[in-house]
Amino acid sequence: MIKVLKPGLQTTVQDQGRLGLYEIGMPPSGAMDQFALRVGNMIVGNHPNAAVLEITYIGPELIFEKDTQISLTGGLIPPKINGVPVPMWETLAVKAGDVLSFDFVKSGARIYLAVEGGIDVPLVMNSRSTYTLIGIGGFEGRALAEGDVLATGDLHERKVAAGTRIEESLIPTFGRSHEIRVIVGLCSYRLTEESKRIFLETEWTVTPEANRIGYRHKGQRLQFVEREQPFGAGSNPSNVTDLGYPIGSIQVPDGVEPIVLLHDAVTGGGYATVATVISTDLNRMGQIKTNEKVKFVSVGLEEALQIRKENQLVLNKIAENIASR
Amino acid sequence: MSKLHTRYEYGGDEFVFVQLSEAMSLEANFKGIAITRKLKERNLEGIIDICPANASYMVRVDPDVLHPDRLINELREIEDSIKDLDIEISSRVVDVPVLFEDPWTHEAVMMFRDRHQDPNSTDLEYSARINGYNSKEEFIGAIDAAPFLVSMIGFVPGLPWCFQIVRQEKQIEVPKYVRPRTYTPERTFGFGGAFAVIYPVQGAGGYQMYGIAPAPIYQKEQTLPDFQESIVFPQQGDIFRYRSITRDEYDAVRAEVEAGTFTYRKKEITFTPQEVLENPERFSEMVLRRLYHD
Repeated sequence: MIKVLKPGLQTTVQDQGRLGLYEIGMPPSGAMDQFALRVGNMIVGNHPNAAVLEITYIGPELIFEKDTQISLTGGLIPPKINGVPVPMWETLAVKAGDVLSFDFVKSGARIYLAVEGGIDVPLVMNSRSTYTLIGIGGFEGRALAEGDVLATGDLHERKVAAGTRIEESLIPTFGRSHEIRVIVGLCSYRLTEESKRIFLETEWTVTPEANRIGYRHKGQRLQFVEREQPFGAGSNPSNVTDLGYPIGSIQVPDGVEPIVLLHDAVTGGGYATVATVISTDLNRMGQIKTNEKVKFVSVGLEEALQIRKENQLVLNKIAENIASR
Repeated sequence: MSKLHTRYEYGGDEFVFVQLSEAMSLEANFKGIAITRKLKERNLEGIIDICPANASYMVRVDPDVLHPDRLINELREIEDSIKDLDIEISSRVVDVPVLFEDPWTHEAVMMFRDRHQDPNSTDLEYSARINGYNSKEEFIGAIDAAPFLVSMIGFVPGLPWCFQIVRQEKQIEVPKYVRPRTYTPERTFGFGGAFAVIYPVQGAGGYQMYGIAPAPIYQKEQTLPDFQESIVFPQQGDIFRYRSITRDEYDAVRAEVEAGTFTYRKKEITFTPQEVLENPERFSEMVLRRLYHD
């Protein structure tokens, strides 16, 4: 059992997500940084889909009510146990009565707390992920609040020795400006050639509207190709006949501010989508904060698949690291 | 027969997006239904999600199992095989009551006049005028007269985009609000572009607001009989008849919903795209007869 003394800014239960439900309008939800989720579970010997706590910007204060093992992965929000700093990316043993708290965020935006066995909340449509918009999944469909008590589950697969730590070179780091790789496409034919160029050349600034639904960016105005709007598309040049929005897709309503749609986004709508963040870089996207800089870098499909493979190799190496202990 | 032009696009490394037509039409929607249903039947390993939309669709894959280019080849093959749209669609025709000009959406309409094209009219008055109707009553009559095809589900869980089964020249088309609202009542019946919708939950929105449905289309508690299988009622391919009702009927349906006894009046139906496209009016009449008299 884990009791919430202070909830932090937005702490939610997340796993790999609620997949396969686009056709009823259900976004996947799930951890914004799936790499951190995966490694966090490895470090405590959990099943890859065990639920963890996703902690955003300002950490919670939690008290453990029994002895267990935990891990902290993702962005650097320095963790402390009973007021003493503890390392991230390492198997940590905690005792009943220990209190976990956090310092101010140093880099990245989200840190993940994995607990032996996973956070136990009811499965809703095959996932424990919280989707706050309609209030399903996670802990009562909402972010944690003071006084909540979380149970742990039985998704523990193997014992990992306390103090197991993964190689430094395999740990991602996060600066204040980010290159996010995208595949340009979908309805990019709607942008003028010049605007496509501007989209890729601009150093965008992340606005305060940056959350699990999406990240909005300030920079330059983009222009759409003039046309008579097709029937059903709506009157704005950035409108198209309502279509599905992939996770990571980027739209620019009225050409004003590019929005990257993320895990809790709307699943469809009437704005032209012009590019999609590649799956590997969605993890990094989830570690970006308001006022940081983003540059979108165009890659092809084969390059994206190569990057995906390399990410998989890193995960394999981490698994070997842990197994060899 | 088709004047549609298909575009295949990558949505990152996990999605394939297929645009069947830039414009909305019954034909484009049927084509999407046909392709996505055939794809589902093929049960390909590596497919995570199939999401049919209005005049497009998208598929999410695990690219380690199914390379997006292999999927695209598969999709082209399916598209070739359904050229004549000689498929049968099994779905439901459903009576969906709507109270037009209700006090709740009217209040929301008045709250956001400054975000509307025409602050001096209501959404209904404005929409009637720009679509060439003499009065809002006539305009409501046109919505009530012919049923709608549920052409896509999305935005938020359960929201049905609905396209009226009438000839192109009789289609209603309205713009969205100039700036989106921050508030739309739950179960609002709205219209934007060429689509009627019901908002499943309270929230932001940009569609014109005409009325409110007494019955939910989404229920996460799943206590009503129509929600036993899914928290979402509409399915793509359903045919919804938006029937204009009185305040008394509205209150009666609300009472049934609150008592947990409400069920939608509905009939199973099997049809072919051809019969709809050849004569939408005849098809609509047949569907309504089946719903209310068979």
